Amino acid sequence: MAIQVKVLERPIRQTSYVRAMLKGMAITFKHLTNPHKVTWQYPEQKWDLSPRWRGTHRMLTDENGKAKCVACGLCPQICPANCIKLVPGEDEEGNRYPLVYEIDEFRCIFCGYCQEVCPEEAIHVGRHYENSEYSRAGFVYDLERLTAQTHPVCEMWDPADPRGE
Amino acid sequence: MNMCAALMLFQHAYDPQAPVHGAPWLWFSIIKILVVFTVLMVTIAYLTLAERKISAWIQDRHGPNRVGPRGLAQPLADGLKNIMKEETYPSAAYSPLFILAPVMSFIPALITFAVIPFAAPLPTRWGLVDMSIADLPVGFLYILAIASLGVYGIVLAGWSSNNKYALLGGLRSSAQMVSYEVSMGLAVVSVLLLSGNVSLSSIVSSQVKTGWYFFPLLIGFFLFLVAAFAETNRLPFDLPEAESELIAGYHTEYSSMKFSMFFIAEYSNMTTASALLTTLFFGGWAVPFWTTVNTAPWHWWKTVITLVCFMLKTGFFLFLYMWIRWTLPRFRYDQLMSVGWKVMLPIALAYLVVMAGAVLALDAAGIAPTARLGGFLPTYWTLLGVLNIVLAVLVFVVLDRGRLVSPASARVGPVELAELRAMSTRRPAPVQGD
Repeated sequence: MAIQVKVLERPIRQTSYVRAMLKGMAITFKHLTNPHKVTWQYPEQKWDLSPRWRGTHRMLTDENGKAKCVACGLCPQICPANCIKLVPGEDEEGNRYPLVYEIDEFRCIFCGYCQEVCPEEAIHVGRHYENSEYSRAGFVYDLERLTAQTHPVCEMWDPADPRGE
Repeated sequence: MNMCAALMLFQHAYDPQAPVHGAPWLWFSIIKILVVFTVLMVTIAYLTLAERKISAWIQDRHGPNRVGPRGLAQPLADGLKNIMKEETYPSAAYSPLFILAPVMSFIPALITFAVIPFAAPLPTRWGLVDMSIADLPVGFLYILAIASLGVYGIVLAGWSSNNKYALLGGLRSSAQMVSYEVSMGLAVVSVLLLSGNVSLSSIVSSQVKTGWYFFPLLIGFFLFLVAAFAETNRLPFDLPEAESELIAGYHTEYSSMKFSMFFIAEYSNMTTASALLTTLFFGGWAVPFWTTVNTAPWHWWKTVITLVCFMLKTGFFLFLYMWIRWTLPRFRYDQLMSVGWKVMLPIALAYLVVMAGAVLALDAAGIAPTARLGGFLPTYWTLLGVLNIVLAVLVFVVLDRGRLVSPASARVGPVELAELRAMSTRRPAPVQGD
């Protein structure tokens, strides 16, 4: 015997096909003529990023154009994705600086801990997201490339102003 | 004597209001075939764009707008892509029929357009050229015959693919097209009753004389409309394709140009069906309320105006196809069959009897089809129209009582209903993770 699905009987106005069809066609026609479209025309039209957006990294520099980083080693220490490579060096005056500073953007999870932990406010995550590359090697940003970034940096969450106002 | 005959032939051949014949007829036919084929293919290409644009607008999107100005070169890009794609041949498929099937749906779809008159005749130096490729005396019968050949392509595609989804699609389409062809044919018989001729050009010219048939044959028009949707496998009748259940139905295994040919066949069927709706019920190329342009003597500007008019009317029905496609969901298979056999067929049969009786009664009362009520409204047309409105109200009131497409249930009596309600109150809603 065929399986019978029991459905509660509904009032005629809910089951009528013709009426429902006409109603549906009125709705679709309304949308057809509605000039407001929800699609974003992406390359031309871009979303306003939140001031707390955590995207492509940027290394800030001092007034001499040198990276602010003092190679303390906190950011590779805290990085949960282990994507920061830091080899510290020291000049003749005893100032530490990074000999090698590389961030693998492909591996990064953009948690922003490196920015939070940085005592010198050198490394930042930035308000920028278009960082596609043709090769995997291209995603490893070295110090030169990190300092060359110009996009605005992320304003991290501030406990005094939790809603970012 | 020879000279006299030659002169007569000469004069006859150069009368622009007499039908063209002889060698010029052949040349004009070849030109018409080439032009109509080209225009039809370009129209089909742009229908795919129109479909995507309309679907996008209905869903509050923009639609394709990157290739060319406002996306207008999109069909070219699509065509190029389809030609460049790899042709796949499933190893289990039966190759001869697998290759033949797209051709078999493509050719009937295109040649049905041959009999449709798309403009008023064009007078030339060699005589009057009919603006249809071949104005066959059997007109509509030819369309019924060729259109039903289209189902072979789909069934063979489904069978030869050796794929269960494709086979199901093919089976569904054969059942669907055979079912709806019956009511389609019966719906058109009422048109033939009024025009007294199956040739499409005489159907158009009799509509010019007596008024368009959509009003005196309102129900016939609706029946034909629904059947035409079913015949062209468009939503809400696209069960042979049914992306969500059958992947893509009969053309699951097809790629590249062979897939494209099924697509072209679908759109050209759509165009033909729209052109037929126009020709049979909306006066074909006739311009409303402008008798001069619709009648002889012919002139080239009349041809141009009527061609534009025909395109507008056909375009409207094409838009209706797309509008309905992006509004309605697909029928279930049992609903499709019950609408076809239990609703459409009885209505078409009963309607044919009523209309035949009405036409007989009007003829017996001595009302000529061209007589006009008060010098303006055609009597015949008005009386039949009023009869049809009464019938339409009856049919739609009866149909609209929840019977057209049944709810998926057996009836639940008041006792069961009370029981179900009691059950739902007794048993609390299940807790998540319980």
